[in-house]
Formats: sequence, C-alpha cells, structure tokens
Amino acid sequence: MAGELLVTEWTGITTMKSSKNQTGYFLKEGFTSIFAHGLMSFASICIIIAFLMIMGSFILLAVNINSIVGDLENDNIILAYIDEYLSEIEARALERELARTTNVSRVNFITREQAMHSFIGRHDDTDRFADVDPTWFRHRYEIFVEDVALIEYTLQEMRGIYGVERVNANLTIASALVTFRSIVTGVSLVIIAVLLAISLFIMSNTIKLAIYERREEISIMRMVGATNSFIRWPFTIEGFILGSMGALSAFIMIWSVYGFLAGRVYEFENFFINLVPFSNVYVGLFLLFGAIGFGVGVGGSALALNKYLKV
Amino acid sequence: MIRLTDVFKVYANGTKALKGVSFTLETGEFAFMVGPSGSGKSSIIKLLTGEIAPTDGQVIVNGYDMEKITMRKMPFLRRTIGVIFQDFRLIDKKSVFENVAFAMRVIGTPNKEIRQRVSYVLELVGLENKVNARPDELSGGEQQRVAIARALVNNPSLIIADEPTGNLDPARSLEILLLLEKINELGTTVLIVTHEKPLVDRLSKRVIAIDGGRIISDGMDGYYNYEVE
Repeated sequence: MAGELLVTEWTGITTMKSSKNQTGYFLKEGFTSIFAHGLMSFASICIIIAFLMIMGSFILLAVNINSIVGDLENDNIILAYIDEYLSEIEARALERELARTTNVSRVNFITREQAMHSFIGRHDDTDRFADVDPTWFRHRYEIFVEDVALIEYTLQEMRGIYGVERVNANLTIASALVTFRSIVTGVSLVIIAVLLAISLFIMSNTIKLAIYERREEISIMRMVGATNSFIRWPFTIEGFILGSMGALSAFIMIWSVYGFLAGRVYEFENFFINLVPFSNVYVGLFLLFGAIGFGVGVGGSALALNKYLKV
Repeated sequence: MIRLTDVFKVYANGTKALKGVSFTLETGEFAFMVGPSGSGKSSIIKLLTGEIAPTDGQVIVNGYDMEKITMRKMPFLRRTIGVIFQDFRLIDKKSVFENVAFAMRVIGTPNKEIRQRVSYVLELVGLENKVNARPDELSGGEQQRVAIARALVNNPSLIIADEPTGNLDPARSLEILLLLEKINELGTTVLIVTHEKPLVDRLSKRVIAIDGGRIISDGMDGYYNYEVE
C-alpha cells in the first residue's frame, strides 16, 4: 500500500496544457488504428488512388488539349480585309480599333504590296505574276486571338467595324477541339464529383469502423474529461495519413504511366502531337493531389465523427 | 460537493425516473446510495456525470450547475469527478500503468508528471507490482483497484462508485470499500451506489435510500429505513 502521500497535495492537473507527448499519442493512435482494421484502410487508400488517377488522367488530357488548342490559337489567324477605297494611312488608323476588339491578343498590319509579294512568293512560277498590281490586293490585318472558343464573337464584332470589308478564319479544327475540350471538361466534372462522393463515403466508413472499435475507449475518454478535440485528433490523423498515402501513391503512379505514354508518343517521329512534359504540370498536380487527399481524409473523418460520435 | 434540489427526470419515452429528489453531499463526505433496480440510482449518477440533464430542479456538482453547463465546459467538470463502475471498464490492450496514465494523457499532462503520479496512485491502491500487467491477467479485485486508481489519478474532488463491488467476492469487496474509505479520509468526497447490505453495515456511514424516484430515507451512521438486498 501507499505511504502517507496526500491525494490533495496533487494540484497541477486542471491547469495543465496540451503537451508534446499528446501529439505523440495522437500519431501513435492514428497509426495503430490504420493497422487495426487494415482491410478498410487498404480499401480507403485504393479508392483515393483510383479517384485521383482518373481525375489526374482527365486533367492531363485537358492540359494536352489546351496545349494543342493554344498552338492553334497561335496558328489561327483572322484575316480582316480593309475596304479597297481606304488609303494606307486610313487603313492603318483602324489598327487601334481592331486591337480593342474582344479576345484579340495582337494585330499585324499588312499592306497591299506585302500581300502581293506574299501571294507571289507562295508560287514557284513567279513569271506568271509579273503583271500583277498591288491594287488588286487589299490592305489587311492578321489578327491573333486569346481564346479560340470565342472566335465567333470576335469575328462578329469585327464585321461591324467601319472600313472592314470582310473577315476570314479557318475554324474547323479549332471548333472540333473546343467541342472536345468542353466534352472532356463536362465528363470530368461528373466523374470527379461521383468519385469524390464515393471516396468520402468509404473514408467516412473506415473512420466509423475505427470509432466503433474504440467506442469503449472513447466513453472512458469522455468520462475522465477528454475534450472533443482530443477525441477527434487520432481519427483526424488516421484520415490524414490514409488520404496522404493515397495521394502520394496516385501521384507516383500517374507520373510513371504518363512518363511511359509520353515516351511512346515521342517514338513516333511524324506524330503531330507532342505531349506536355510532366515537369510542366507536376507541381500543380502534386499540390492538387495533396489537397484532395487531405480533404478526403480529414473531411471523411469529420463526417464520421460528426454523425456518429456526437461529441 | 453535490446538491440536488427538487430534481425531476422524465425520459423521452415518458418514464418518470426521478420525482422531486433533493439531497446534499458536502465536500469530504462519504455516503452510500441504496435502492432497488429502477429506483432512480442510475439516473442520479448520469445527472451527476453530465450524461443527462434534469427535466426540472437544480443539480450542482463541484460548483457546476448541470442544467446550464455548456458542452465545452463539460470535460472540465468531469475532470473533477472520478467514476468507478461495476464492470471496471478497463482497456484490455493497455497495461495497468497505461490504463491509469490514459486518464492523465487525455487532459494533456506531461509524461514526467504522468510517471510520478501514476506510480504514486498505483502504490496507493496496492498495485505497484502489477504495473506492466494487462487487465486480463488480474483478478476482479485487482481490476477494480486499477479502475479506482484511474478515477483517482486526476485528483478529483468527488468519487462516484456505481456498484464497485458487484463483481467481487466478499473479501475483495471489503478491501475495495476500505480503500474508498481511505481515499475519503484523504479529503475526497465519496458516493457509493450499492446493493450490498454487509458493506453498508460495515462502515456506519451516511445512507441515502431511494425508491420509485424518491428519497425514502437519509440517515447518518449506517441508518437506513429500507431493506437492502
């Protein structure tokens, strides 16, 4: 039995603050819980990996489509032909107004003479064009756009400018890609929303299982005066670890798969598409995966705690 | 200190568990609460530990008004109470030391203080040689002493024991009772809910008898006007 130490001599308890050993305790409990119901933990990680792999694939697809569309935006020039009765000075005076048009990134004025030389230069038998006169051509502008998806609006606006006789643009490929991009974006959003809901559901169930297994411990915690946050932390850490492991695994996998695919594409010398290098997107993708892994892990545990713990 | 003033408790299903219960347990007092099953004893314990709120009347525990206390303050009230149960409620996967230390860990006590305090409390309950044992390696009496150590380790001003000897043989029961009496002598208020007449008779303490949700007897020196099972 004990000596004559007095229980009432112990006065430090109620004023104690959270300490470093509490953090150690939370981490230990969080890790232990993951292995205590390994199958559910494994399922949680797998669903996060699947979710992020699919989402990442759509993102990389969208990045590549955007890259191609971007190239086309550079190539896709609107040609705005100026009224033939306007002098060069008058034609040049339209530059500011054209540049102010919605979606225009830059404009480049081409005189009649330059247009004529360019025309002749595109043909091998230049002698046939010896008597061609610059007045046969119009002053014109090459106009570059910011977003090929908005090119129709830009054309309409330009047609209303006084002095612009006609505007031309080749929209076939650009329109197809813009449509494809829209479809990919729409499908991605639906799939991402469904997978996000499934991930949260499975993560929440994993944490619920952990709560169920530790219900006796939790009731003891509450009985001896644990705060809600103390009870929550181990489960939050468990969710965080599962989410992070899923995110990291998915990132490594998508990196490997994309690297492999990019390598195969480069092997086809005449292939007109070059995949965007992974190094161009890995920081953003890593941060996105990390944020989603964190969100699903911590959010899933918060859902379970709020619904079933009622602390 | 406990003060119940004209307390009523009606559950959602319409059960009237308490019908105007009033009593006070001063700081440092020792009392038994006796009564048959369904008399309202468990409701009183739940009111005192904040698991339920009174339907009417006032419940004061260690200065906290249980009707007005917020969920945020509830853990701080519970730190002033040590609760002991009939089924011990120990965590099987943890050692004796860890079961007791757990109560300190959850309130953020540093490791060094945990080691000192848990060693002291385990010595107080006579388990200094069982520090590394698991609950399933202990006898019922030893398990209950671990539960007492856990209840005591945060230095509560009030110990509530709900049938603490219900799963023990008479000799171990008396041992536990004497331990609780010793804890009371050290200054802690003790309220024991029990059915066991020999134990109530053994100590000649205050006895609060309850039946049908009402206090039917409240006597000093082991007196009670009630047939304990």
